[in-house]
Amino acid sequence: MMLNDNDLVALLITFKLAGLTTLILLLLGTPLAWWLARTEWRFKFLLEAIVALPLVLPPTVLGFYLLILLGANGPLPEPLAFTFTGLVIGSVIYSMPFVVQPLQSAFVAIGRRPLEVAATLRASPLDRFFTVVVPLARPGFLTAAVLGFAHTIGEFGVVLMVGGNIPGETQVVSIAIYDHVESLEYTHAHWLSGGLLLLSFVMLICVYAMNRRFSLVKP
Amino acid sequence: MSIQIQFGLKRRDFSLAVDFVIPSRGITALFGASGCGKTTLLRAIAGLEPTAEGELDVDGHVWQNPQRNLPAHKRPVGYVFQEPSLFPHLTVQKNVEYGLRRIAKKDRLIATEKVVELLDIADLMSRKPNQLSGGEQQRVAIARALAVSPKLLLLDEPLSALDDGLKQEILPYFELLQRRLKIPMIYVSHSTDEVAKIADHLVLMSAGRVTASGATAKLLTQLQYPLAQGEQAEALIEAVVADIDDEYALAYLDFSGGRFTVPKQTLTLGQSVRVRVAARDVSLTLTHQVGTSILNIFTAIVDEMVTIGEAQLLVKLRVGERFMLSRLTRKSADILGLKIGATVYAQAKTVALLS
Repeated sequence: MMLNDNDLVALLITFKLAGLTTLILLLLGTPLAWWLARTEWRFKFLLEAIVALPLVLPPTVLGFYLLILLGANGPLPEPLAFTFTGLVIGSVIYSMPFVVQPLQSAFVAIGRRPLEVAATLRASPLDRFFTVVVPLARPGFLTAAVLGFAHTIGEFGVVLMVGGNIPGETQVVSIAIYDHVESLEYTHAHWLSGGLLLLSFVMLICVYAMNRRFSLVKP
Repeated sequence: MSIQIQFGLKRRDFSLAVDFVIPSRGITALFGASGCGKTTLLRAIAGLEPTAEGELDVDGHVWQNPQRNLPAHKRPVGYVFQEPSLFPHLTVQKNVEYGLRRIAKKDRLIATEKVVELLDIADLMSRKPNQLSGGEQQRVAIARALAVSPKLLLLDEPLSALDDGLKQEILPYFELLQRRLKIPMIYVSHSTDEVAKIADHLVLMSAGRVTASGATAKLLTQLQYPLAQGEQAEALIEAVVADIDDEYALAYLDFSGGRFTVPKQTLTLGQSVRVRVAARDVSLTLTHQVGTSILNIFTAIVDEMVTIGEAQLLVKLRVGERFMLSRLTRKSADILGLKIGATVYAQAKTVALLS
């Protein structure tokens, strides 16, 4: 085995972080994306720009501000910087657009008609959402979940700034790879990098293959 | 019993302001050109236009007034949209049952099997919507709307996306539904043909306002309305089968102004029928013609005349207690010396039977 214990712990933390982040983002991102897809509020573009900000911002900038916010001198009673919770908060913000945007376009694509039909068939707003929107937006949910997960696995800058690279607590795979390279342990770096490459590729293949199947079923 | 409708709604380039009453039985048609607001009005009745303010009272039940506004899913309507709009992820069966599952058992007054049978969709139940033709999809959409046992069925040009053959296939279903299930219907249309075929009551709309509301037969022959002025202008006359002539396979239909002669087909003695006489099929003579192949000739009094375009004239004729329309050239009218109050003979080249 070419992975040491430290690497395995880093892998575990990475998956825990990505899984938790994806879950939180689906819970928070779904209502947000739904609201963005439906609202006629004239300043909605402001919110859309904020959600998209992590797409263009250098992760270090985001990490820096988060560090200030979550750090010992920040407004929080208990500093969250250099903790796993802090990492989750940073990841949720950083991966937000990758979940919200596919959901929002999936909701927009459904249009108002199926919801109006459901309303005339006595379905309450929540009922309409779960029996019409969720099944019709399934490809969108799949894309959002996989992109959110994969993107969290791939983050580096924010995690380094907010998490501080504490092995066993906040050290994730991408940083472990960096450490290996720094210490010229290329074999370890190869194994971890190759593993991530393969995993990411397989996940993306699944998304595209399943979305293709879904789009074929659509009328 | 009646349905009282009063709505106001403002958009940037359109406003709706209506206040009218229609009977809560039979089929009422909302008729008008595209963009006149008939679809918006229908949507407001269903509760799908949240910005529509006003009052809606259906048979004494308040659906909307300034204090109380039932959301769409609490209004006991069935709605058939212009496009079938079936749920693509559900089978036909699940589509039909979608609304049914959401109403209380005691409110299930219409048996689903009956609806499925009426609309002839039993063989389609296990299919997905994308495996159906346009006509089949629309029939499923109608079944789905009926399965919730609506107190009012709202139909938004349900046939407009279909070709003529399919229209003729589906149109009879509405009359059948009306006769069997007794649900009042509001039917949005811009086709004179559909309106004349199925509507008992007619509401004419123009630019977001109601311009007239009344019995179809009466409004069809009022010359000031665009219905009478169009190419398709026609009169509807209720008549009763008074005699059957087996030798020639003809039926004689009596009304206050005389007797129609039509092929007997499946008509039975005593049956009431609606006869449709198109304005362009009616010619006028000053004397009762004898050497003619035309059988349907009526004594008529010129009631009203309007010019249509440069060359033509529309004449409203009183035949007994009913009215017919005749479309002729101004030149013909001058040759005949037509004046209001004059007695003429109206010859109908063809007449059509409805229901």
